[in-house]
Formats: sequence, C-alpha cells, structure tokens
Amino acid sequence: MLLTGAEIVIRCLQEEKVEFVFGYPGGSVLYIYDELFKQDKFKHVLVRHEQAAVHAADAYSRSSNKIGVCLVTSGPGVTNAVTGIATAYMDSIPLVVITGQVPTAYIGQDAFQEADTVGITRPCVKHNFLVKNVKDLAETMKKAFYLAQTGRPGPVLVDIPKDITTHKCEFAYPKSISMRSYNPVVKGHAGQIKKAMQLLLDAKRPMVYTGGGVILSNAAESLTKLVRTLGFPITNTLMGLGAYPATDKQFLGMLGMHGTVEANMAMQHCDVLLAIGARFDDRVIGNPEHFNEESRKIIHIDIDPSSISKRVKVDVPIVGNVADVLDDLQKQLATAQSHSDPKALAAWWQKIAEWRGKNCLKYKESNDVIMPQFVVEKLFEVTGGDAFVASDVGQHQMWAAQYYKFDKPRRWINSGGLGTMGFGLPAAMGICFANPGATVACVTGEASIQMCIQELSTCKQYRLPIKIINLNNRYLGMVRQWQEMFHGNRYAESYIDALPDFVKLAEAYGHVGMQITKPQDVGPALHKAFTEHKNDLVFLDFITDQTANVFPMVAAGKGLSQMILAEDL
Amino acid sequence: MRHIISILLENEAGALSRVSGLFSARAFNIESLTVAPTEDASLSRMTIVSVGSDDVIEQITKQLNKLIDVVKVVDLSEAPHIERELMLVKVRAIGKDREEMKRVADIFRGRIIDVTESTYVIELTGNTAKIDAFIEAIDRSLILEAVRTGICGIGRGDRILKV
Repeated sequence: MLLTGAEIVIRCLQEEKVEFVFGYPGGSVLYIYDELFKQDKFKHVLVRHEQAAVHAADAYSRSSNKIGVCLVTSGPGVTNAVTGIATAYMDSIPLVVITGQVPTAYIGQDAFQEADTVGITRPCVKHNFLVKNVKDLAETMKKAFYLAQTGRPGPVLVDIPKDITTHKCEFAYPKSISMRSYNPVVKGHAGQIKKAMQLLLDAKRPMVYTGGGVILSNAAESLTKLVRTLGFPITNTLMGLGAYPATDKQFLGMLGMHGTVEANMAMQHCDVLLAIGARFDDRVIGNPEHFNEESRKIIHIDIDPSSISKRVKVDVPIVGNVADVLDDLQKQLATAQSHSDPKALAAWWQKIAEWRGKNCLKYKESNDVIMPQFVVEKLFEVTGGDAFVASDVGQHQMWAAQYYKFDKPRRWINSGGLGTMGFGLPAAMGICFANPGATVACVTGEASIQMCIQELSTCKQYRLPIKIINLNNRYLGMVRQWQEMFHGNRYAESYIDALPDFVKLAEAYGHVGMQITKPQDVGPALHKAFTEHKNDLVFLDFITDQTANVFPMVAAGKGLSQMILAEDL
Repeated sequence: MRHIISILLENEAGALSRVSGLFSARAFNIESLTVAPTEDASLSRMTIVSVGSDDVIEQITKQLNKLIDVVKVVDLSEAPHIERELMLVKVRAIGKDREEMKRVADIFRGRIIDVTESTYVIELTGNTAKIDAFIEAIDRSLILEAVRTGICGIGRGDRILKV
C-alpha cells in the first residue's frame, strides 16, 4: 500500500514505540499533524514555545533512558528549537528532532518561514538529514533513531520539506541499519583494562572521577559495585551526580568550580585517577596546567575517543561503552593476584578526612532571612531524597547540586554543558511525562524561570504537579557573585527590578502560588506543597538572602586546589 | 608541524561543510583542502593540509572520525607519501619575456596550454615547494592570475586508503 510521507513519519514513530512527541504545529508540518491527529498510538504534547519542546523531550530522555522526540515547523520553529538542541548536544542526550521545511522547489528562494535548518543546526547535532525523496524517508528516520542512541548519544535532526509529506511510496521500516562510516566501539580493549586494573591495585592515593557518561550508559550499579570493591574515594561531576550514592561514605561530593574541598584536593593530589565517562572540562579541573603540576597516572574510560587526551594527557585510554568496560574491570578484579595496599589506602583516607573536616559546605544560618542552601536542604528532607530535581542555571543550580544528595541516577536533570537558563521548567515537564506519579521539583531562580515561564500554561493543560522552588534573590545571582568577586562590586545589569508577583502569576495560570519570606516557614510550606497540594503545580516563591554566594569556588583559570572558601571572606 | 590528512567520506550533500565547519568550530587550521569523488562515485576523497602540534593533529583526526559521513581518516605524512599540487598561471608574455617565460616553464616541466599574442597559461604540477620555486623564478610583475589546487596526496608502496 502506498503511504504519504506524513503517514510514513507517523508509522516510523510508532515502530520506534515512541510514547510522546513534544511539539508545536505550523505550516510546513500540517500534513504530519493531520496524520498525528488520526492515530492514538502515541500522544502529542503541545508546548508554548519550541525551545520548551526540545527541553521537555531532552529531560524525558535524561530521566528515563527512553529517547525524546520533538516535532517543530520550519523557519522560526527551528530557530526557536536551536537552544534546546544545543543543550542536548552539549550533554550528549539522545533526541530525534523532526522539523518541517518549505517545499523542495522553494528551498533557497527565501520562502516564507524558510531557514537553512541543516546548516543552522549542523554544529549542534550529532548528525542531521534533509529528506529529498519520500523513498528515503523511512530509512532516514531509522538512521536518526539509531544514531541518536548508539555510541556517544546526541540529538539527530530530520528536516522534511512539505511536499515530501504528501508524496507517496511503499512503506517498509528497516529492521536494522548498518552504516559503513559509523561503527561505535562497545567493548574495551582487554589488554588496556588489565593495565588499568594493575595501576588501580598499585595505587597509594587512588581517586575515581565520573561524569555524565556513567548515567548515559546506565552503569551506575556497576560503578557502585566496583568502587565499593576497591574501597576508593569517588567524586561525580555536575552531570554525573547520582551515579554513585551521594549519602555513601566513600562519596566526596561534587568536584570542580563549586566542588567540595575533599573532592578537589583528592583529585589534585591522587597518584592514580580513574576517569569514567567524563571529559576534564574547564569547570571540572580548572586550569589544566595547574592540574598537571602534580604527577599522577590517569586511566580514562570513554566511548568517544576524541574525549580522551583532549584537555589532559592520559596514560591508559580505554575506548568503549562505560557499562561494558566496568563489568570487564570487575571480572578481572575478581581474579586478580595482587591487592591494594591497605596501609597506604588508610593513610589516604586519613588525609581525606582532614579535608572533609573543613566542612566546606557550611553556611551562615539565619533566623531572619531565608538562606537558599537551607531551602535545598529542607527540600531534600521533605522529599526524602527521592525526588526528580530539574534545575535552571546559576547559583540555585549549584546549591541544588551541593545540598540535595542524589542517591540514584537520572534524578538530577540540569543543563551542565551549555548552561541554558530556561531549561528547568520544561525539563520538569519532560520528567513528569517519563515518570508518571513521580515527585518532581524544579529548583530555579526568579531570572531563569522567566526564560520559559510561558510553560506554566502547558503544565496546566496536562495537569503536571511540578513543585517550582524559586530561590528569589532579586539578582542574577551567579552574575552578581562574579561581579562582587572579580568586578569591584559593580553590579552591571544583574539586578532585576520590576519582578512579577509570582503568586498571582501562578494563580493566573491556574496553579497554586505561595510566597515564603521567613526561615521558619520554609519547611512547613514545602511540606504543604508536597502533601496537601501533591497533585497541583505549586509555585513556591522563596524570598532569599541577596548576598549569599556559592562556595567553595575555584575562580576561572585557577587550579583545583586554589579554592576560595566561605570562611576566607 | 605540517600534516597531510586524507579522508574518505560519503559523497553526500553537505559532507564538505561538515568537515570545513568542524575546522572552523574547533579553531583548527586549514592550509589547503581539495575534494572530489573517487572511482567509486559514492565516496569522496579529501586531502587537508593542516599545521599543528601532534596533540592538535590527534584531535583533528579523532574529531574527523566522529563525523558520521566520514568513512576513514589517515595522516599521510606519518609515512612515506607523494604529494602533488597543480597550478594554472596566466602570465604576460611579450617581447623578451615571451621566450624567457617559455624557458623557465620548460625547466620546471611546466606546459603552456593557452597562448595569445600577449599571454601564456602555464600548467605546472609538483609539490608545494616546487610551485613556490617557480613563482620565485619568474618576474612576479608578469603574473596576471594564478590558481592552485592545494595538495592532493597518496601513500607510497602498499599503503592504501580504501573502504
């Protein structure tokens, strides 16, 4: 039977067992929407801005390991989506983005709502396609799903001109795909794994450092088992939180620009470093030259060879899927002849205990004004540490990462690489769709939340019971912090005047709004939101201390051990 | 260090811009770039000359390999190889310069492939140094127009870049 291109798109999504498509209709995708309307195998989620469609699909994927799918129209639909696509790309999140395009004959004619989609998105996708013939459509869709989810994952875009959605051809969905130019490695090299194991066993001051790759490869369990067997200290990057239980005693907290003293010092002073699914980026190791001043052997496991020895030279590279390599490492460890030196390890833990003794996350408590850190601590308490937490970008993001102890993977959903303000609320929506019934909080600030505030309307439409934790300090907090520390207290454009009444705003959208101004009301308000208003979206506007800063801090260009602590100021 | 990177890639629309986009996005240097389909029309072969430290060249080859359209990448300059470039140069050829120009072209084994009363077009192949030497050898003020292809290269002996 002959199907139209639009029907084929729908059939492909059904074949891929897609549950939700996040999107926004427009001229170029009308035929696709028409077919979407006629089926009930998957649901469409109508957002209020294309950026939110991509963020929601992205968080749907992050919080569930299912692939996110979005559908937007040509021109402005695509350009609005670009921020979302770049966000997913920087954090290696598997997505399929379907975009409408003007009819083939109009391409290049500066047609209405035309944009060079493939050109604009090329630098921020894993791959993209322009479908020029309906006969290629099914195979292209299959390739998109395959590419997005294999190897180092990432967003893949399929651009479909409007005329292609009306052309007809036979539909056959390929069972599998093989591409001569794309053969991602899965298994790690056995010899390299053996070398790594020997280095680990010989280490006097070992350290394990893991990133988003562990989460993406669903290797949290393998990692936890391995690290417990070894008895080594471990740190997670911002993207890797939840890969190892944060409440475990071997966990040193997050590392990096706002990492703990114990994590950063152990990272700097270890003699063997096991890096897994992480990429030594600037926010994590600070200045690479300073990092290299201490000599250490580095083992690096990553699925992407280009992540290895990019910023820091490594001694034992292992290219492969993190989960597979960790399992192989565990097996080799079980049959190993030698063992770690318990004396050296005990001395190392002793040293770490000294660093821990600094209690670097301690902050000045107050009875008069709400400390933002306190809100996150209370959130952790009230939710029993078991919530999905989406965040926006800035100080609140760092406090959420520092004070909410994530024990499970895929619970902490944030834009780590691109640092996209506006990510939080649509991300929380995506989490709700992937995890119905789950407790979902969005930790945000009064600046970030306003970058996608329109999604309160989407939340109403789909009855999403998100709890928005707005840490409202009337400043672009992180910008203000840098201006205070590095720009002589000149707060250029970082003060937000004329804020809306968030309580009324939430109510206007049909939600529950609360404003909390006193520290003693924080706990009760959260409790009320998560119990009495369990099924409502609650906007909790916490009026917080305006001067609170995120510490510890490694200033840009400085080394990991050159932290500024709260007590230094 | 100067490196010659040979790439086999799918002969598809946009493949070239993926490669050139990668170089500009990651601030890699391109001295020259040539590309054309191979004997197998589904594949293109590209030769890029780049200058960078070993670390940078390693990143370039890794990043190229990561592109979905790229089938194979090899750094030709790691082992014995041959490199050639073609130049077409239009020169003024009048009076005493006419004879002199032909003589220099002969010395460099260039061929005159277009002749008018006042100009020659000379075709010259060789490695970059030879082409540069030719330009040095003639009176620069006589060059009306010059076009160079950039380097294309191939490994010596049994080294073969094929799918």
